[in-house]
Amino acid sequence: MTARLKAVLVSVLLAAALAAAQTSRVEFPRSIAAGDALSLSTTGNGKATLYIVGPGQALRRDLQLGDKVAFGVDEIHNAGHYIVVLAGPSFSETAELDVTARQPSALSFLAKPSRLPVDRPDGISGVVYVFDPFQNLVVQPTNVSFELSESAGPTRSRTVSTRDGLAWVRMDSAPKAGAAQFLARVGDLTEKRIVQQVPAEPCNLRMNAHRSGNRIELETDPLRDCRGNAVPDGTIVTFKETYQGTESTVDVPLKRGVAKTNMPVYEGGLISVATGVVMGNEIQTKDVR
Amino acid sequence: MTRGRLIALLITVATALLIAIGTMFPNPFALALATGGAGLIRPPSSPRVAVETLVQQIGHREWRVAYNSLANKNEFTEAQFIRDLTGSYSSLRSYSTLDGFDLHSLHVSGANADAQVSLRWSSVVGTFQDVRDLRVTRVGSQWQVAWPIVREARVPPQVIPVNYLRWDVIYRGPEDDWGAQNVESPHVRIVDMHPVDRGGVILLGELLNEDVVPAFVTVKATLVAKNGSAMASEDAFDKMSHVLLPKQVTPFRIDFHDVRLSDVDSVQMDPSASLIAASADPVIEIEDQKLTGLPNPMLSGRLVNQSGQLVNIAHALGTFYDSAGQLVWVSDGYANRALLPEIPVPFAISVPTDLYSKVSSYRVISSTYSSNRL
Repeated sequence: MTARLKAVLVSVLLAAALAAAQTSRVEFPRSIAAGDALSLSTTGNGKATLYIVGPGQALRRDLQLGDKVAFGVDEIHNAGHYIVVLAGPSFSETAELDVTARQPSALSFLAKPSRLPVDRPDGISGVVYVFDPFQNLVVQPTNVSFELSESAGPTRSRTVSTRDGLAWVRMDSAPKAGAAQFLARVGDLTEKRIVQQVPAEPCNLRMNAHRSGNRIELETDPLRDCRGNAVPDGTIVTFKETYQGTESTVDVPLKRGVAKTNMPVYEGGLISVATGVVMGNEIQTKDVR
Repeated sequence: MTRGRLIALLITVATALLIAIGTMFPNPFALALATGGAGLIRPPSSPRVAVETLVQQIGHREWRVAYNSLANKNEFTEAQFIRDLTGSYSSLRSYSTLDGFDLHSLHVSGANADAQVSLRWSSVVGTFQDVRDLRVTRVGSQWQVAWPIVREARVPPQVIPVNYLRWDVIYRGPEDDWGAQNVESPHVRIVDMHPVDRGGVILLGELLNEDVVPAFVTVKATLVAKNGSAMASEDAFDKMSHVLLPKQVTPFRIDFHDVRLSDVDSVQMDPSASLIAASADPVIEIEDQKLTGLPNPMLSGRLVNQSGQLVNIAHALGTFYDSAGQLVWVSDGYANRALLPEIPVPFAISVPTDLYSKVSSYRVISSTYSSNRL
């Protein structure tokens, strides 16, 4: 394209823009809320077409200049920045329109993890996305209240303002095991998640032994973590008996809080107990009565 | 003639040659097993022939013929003889076939002979040996084998109360919101990993389920070359226990054949865990574990089912450490008989000869399969 042709085109566009600015045929609001009805007055004569193009949505209306043109409730429902074009046989006008989200009506609440050990600093994270009735992200700052309540403990709460439609928080897990309710609240809206706070590594693993014929009955004390929470049933406890270069082992799941088994008696043997990477006490078979 | 045609011709000629050799000089035992060859079974005119004939009959599962040929058949019934060889309950032994045998130390003394026969049974998880010491006696002009019967223990009919512990899982439904909570996968951790060069690269390690729920676990390893490219990727398969209860530790071994450790720059380990419905039973005691020395180092012991549930197949996994607590080997073995409540069943795990002197301690775990598990 030659420089001369470019200059001519730019001049024509500038002239058209000036003319449009001087004789606007329709008045648009700068901003509306998503889902609002929109009524526009037009001036002039002749036919024209109105286009409204926005995020995920495009509307078209054929109209007679001088008449009113209306968009119903919910018709423009996607929040975002829109371009409005009024095009006639010999003119075109453009404008911009912002559609903002309505009041919050839904929360998406991601709580992680759903299961974690007790006493874990910043172990629980909650993220809330605030949406309006049309599933638009509400980007206006909104206060979100996070509440973490245990069955037998105080409720801890924290209020965070959303930024770009999103609010997040980190909270410590409680020292007491159990299911905690993790609640996110915006006004009357609430979303609830359950966070299972489980015992941490076992503490003070201790077993007792007594003879029963040619066997030794072994039983652990109720197994608890360092905060006194009962370790869940099913946790594997390993008993090991060593004697003269020979070993016997048995992996026993906790049932009703204790692990119990029986092993053969070998004089001079040594019995130890462990769970995971935690070691317990040792017993000499000669000391077992 | 093109090169391809020449190769095809060579293969055809070699195949024809091998068929001809196999036809003219058949392996008697293989032939007998393959054809059911009663015609090839010779009269037991010597102790060796008597033993070979009996093994062939066992290989064909001709139980009645084999039983009737025994010198000591009045000591047990035919059903007991069959149970000795195939197991009373469904077990690895029940699904195995006789692959071959070795006859050792045949001593003839007048009308008696002693022999040791090692029966090689093949199963889906490999072969296992069944070694029997046989007494062969001459009766008239023929020799008869006295079978050393192993009477499988029977558990009397009874009701065994079990405090049954089980986990079930309910996942998020398809109609739930994307932000809705799902159940958390179990947390597992590799607590030890050690690569060794044994012709190929072998990765040895241990994996801990540090969660409070059972986990189905896998370990994937990728070898990375010095230029950063992935050389090979493998999963731990049968040298690990894939179901881990809370706080349980499994060894794992991943073999990379044809890769030199000197070519490897780094190893990427990828353990994964998913929730699984599982039960805490049965409880298996592993008693009398003992490491026997050269020439065939072996960790042997006995598995004892402390629960009431019948275990059809039991898998023993051994982890071997040096004096510094470093992993030196991971190996496994199977019990070829079913585990009945409180009835010990032997197992053995082989240890490479060159590693035996390094082994200072070991740990054995078991995993089980029960066909009637609910």
